[in-house]
Amino acid sequence: MTGKTAKEISNDLLRPVLDTSWRFYAAAVLLGALVVAGLAAWGHQMSAGIGVAGINRPVFWGFYITNFVFWIGVSHAGTLISAILRLTHAPWRRPVTRAAEAITVFALMIGAMFPLIHLGRPWLAFWLFPYPSERRIWPNVRSPLVWDFFAINTYLVGSTLFLLLPLIPDLALLRDRARGWRRHVYRLCALGWAGTPHQWRRLETAMHIMAIVIIPVAVSVHTIVSFDFAMAPVPMWHSTIFGPYFVAGAIFSGIAALIVAMAVLRRALRLEAYLQLLHFESLGKLLLLMSLVWTYFVFAERLTTWYGNEPAEVAVLFAVERGPYAGLFWAMVFCNFVLPFVMLSIKRLRTITGTVVASLAVLVGMWLERFLIIVPSLTRKYLPYSWGTYQPTLVEITITAATFAAMGLLFVLFSKAFPIISIWELKEGDRRAPVVAPGLVDQSMVMADRHANP
Amino acid sequence: MPHRWGMVVDLDRCTGCEACVVACRAENNVPTVGEAEAARGRAIHWIRVERYVDGEFPDVRVKFLPVFCQHCDAAPCEPVCPTYASYHTADGLNAQVYNRCIGTRYCANACPYTVRFFNFFNPVWEKPLHLQLNPDVSVREVGVMEKCTFCVQRIKAAEIAAKAEDRPLRDGEVVPACAQACPSRALVFGDLNDPDSEASRLAGSHRATHLLGELGTQPKVFYLQREGGHDRQDREGDQ
Repeated sequence: MTGKTAKEISNDLLRPVLDTSWRFYAAAVLLGALVVAGLAAWGHQMSAGIGVAGINRPVFWGFYITNFVFWIGVSHAGTLISAILRLTHAPWRRPVTRAAEAITVFALMIGAMFPLIHLGRPWLAFWLFPYPSERRIWPNVRSPLVWDFFAINTYLVGSTLFLLLPLIPDLALLRDRARGWRRHVYRLCALGWAGTPHQWRRLETAMHIMAIVIIPVAVSVHTIVSFDFAMAPVPMWHSTIFGPYFVAGAIFSGIAALIVAMAVLRRALRLEAYLQLLHFESLGKLLLLMSLVWTYFVFAERLTTWYGNEPAEVAVLFAVERGPYAGLFWAMVFCNFVLPFVMLSIKRLRTITGTVVASLAVLVGMWLERFLIIVPSLTRKYLPYSWGTYQPTLVEITITAATFAAMGLLFVLFSKAFPIISIWELKEGDRRAPVVAPGLVDQSMVMADRHANP
Repeated sequence: MPHRWGMVVDLDRCTGCEACVVACRAENNVPTVGEAEAARGRAIHWIRVERYVDGEFPDVRVKFLPVFCQHCDAAPCEPVCPTYASYHTADGLNAQVYNRCIGTRYCANACPYTVRFFNFFNPVWEKPLHLQLNPDVSVREVGVMEKCTFCVQRIKAAEIAAKAEDRPLRDGEVVPACAQACPSRALVFGDLNDPDSEASRLAGSHRATHLLGELGTQPKVFYLQREGGHDRQDREGDQ
């Protein structure tokens, strides 16, 4: 597919790991500084009190919960791209899967921070853990926040395994190539991988099981995140459509994040030969599909609310569509529907630049969508006497910016330590016949390659 | 039979004087947050008097609606709390366990009455205000939710006194600070399980309704609606 020999593939993809350029240091320092600024802001918030954030009565949840939902949503890139493409044996998945799986793990790590950051007393967060305490108090299993705790931890463990399993053969390759102390580290990480037929069969089986298991887990995670809202009797939160609506939005933003990450990696690590127009086009078509699904959900949700004309719900609906949040709402519609629809459905515009522009718009739009689901409802609950507004503060904005920097930093560090494109899977794809019947896994070519090219 | 504490608010009697608001603040160590913070929506009032203006000038009527925790039997704030800080006591109170609260603020979002309050900062009582702190009520620290308790400290004190004298609690023995301060006797507190209590009697009135009753929260606060006839008569008299 790449038209390169196995040796060239190994050299090209291991170069960013084995050679360090000044650009790595520049990126790490810049992003690291932003992350430190975010940590400082959080420290300030903990010492001064959560009041340094813009939340108030009645808007008790603001930027932090928006970021929480956004990042947990982005984390759906890995599963849905990687697992589904693996299970359907989509041949173009090979250079894409590892970046997608890494996004999942990092986005989850970042997203899972926000329930802690937003707490009034974060030092007591361990009370959410089900541990046997001397007072024999367990977490309240009726609370959607406790469901969140279990769902996110399950997903984090699962997606970490899903990232690490296909990494093992590449770690073995690194072990054989690296020198000095790094060689020892990679030897430990490679878990004794020798590339025997037995080990390959085990790996394929484990990856297959994980790919199947992780899909329902991913769907449940964002459904449960949506239940944080849908379970509360708050106008426009208390909705039956939220589960699938949130999952669709999560996949949507996940694909967009993956396209942006791929474009950055392609430039920074000079992977033009591996991340080709084909990959951006294929992901762009998926993005277009999800844009239409998302638009359908928004349409269905808002039309039924408007037609039902329940006063408390309509107050929120109109605040968003023609009230103080109208600008953000129509910007969201433009970013999530109009722009991606134009850029991705016209073949001439569906270039690498085109899909990246559409993806950046979708990321902005999906962040706005999370904000517009959470905040306007809280500003207009049932008793008009207690209506309110929300204005984020510098602390919230800094922490929000820091999470995007954290995503970049984790990616920079990851692509420094590990090949960001799965080397053995790429070689396997180049060797294999283009059509493989589903369920049939032929390892002979891969193993031959492993032995010929240590 | 356990008690089932409830409150009746007679909207025909409420003059909107806010004596209840002041009394509650003094009784329950409710912190003041200052002008700037209050403007940002961080003021704490366990009881508030909502004002709604009806009609167009000059034919205008102001409605006063005292709103505080409704101590719902099906309280939306209770199941959502991950640490059981918000829970239901045996005598029907919605308790807030300050020590157990980690500040997710989920309960406050779930509450349709918006009667839950959050300590965005550590509370401060500038001297000499600290001298009037009530020793029977704990002070809440930063990051903790708080709300109307039906003056649980007064309920407990009356129960202990009755037990010491080996007799049942009498109706009217427990009076929360707001009801005690109300000059027009618009607030009546009592045991809804005692059919002879004044609160029970009033709660059975044809004027009794619940605030946002359509949400199914089963509040233990009853509002006695204004008599429509009086409204009309007053207006006719004015003309």
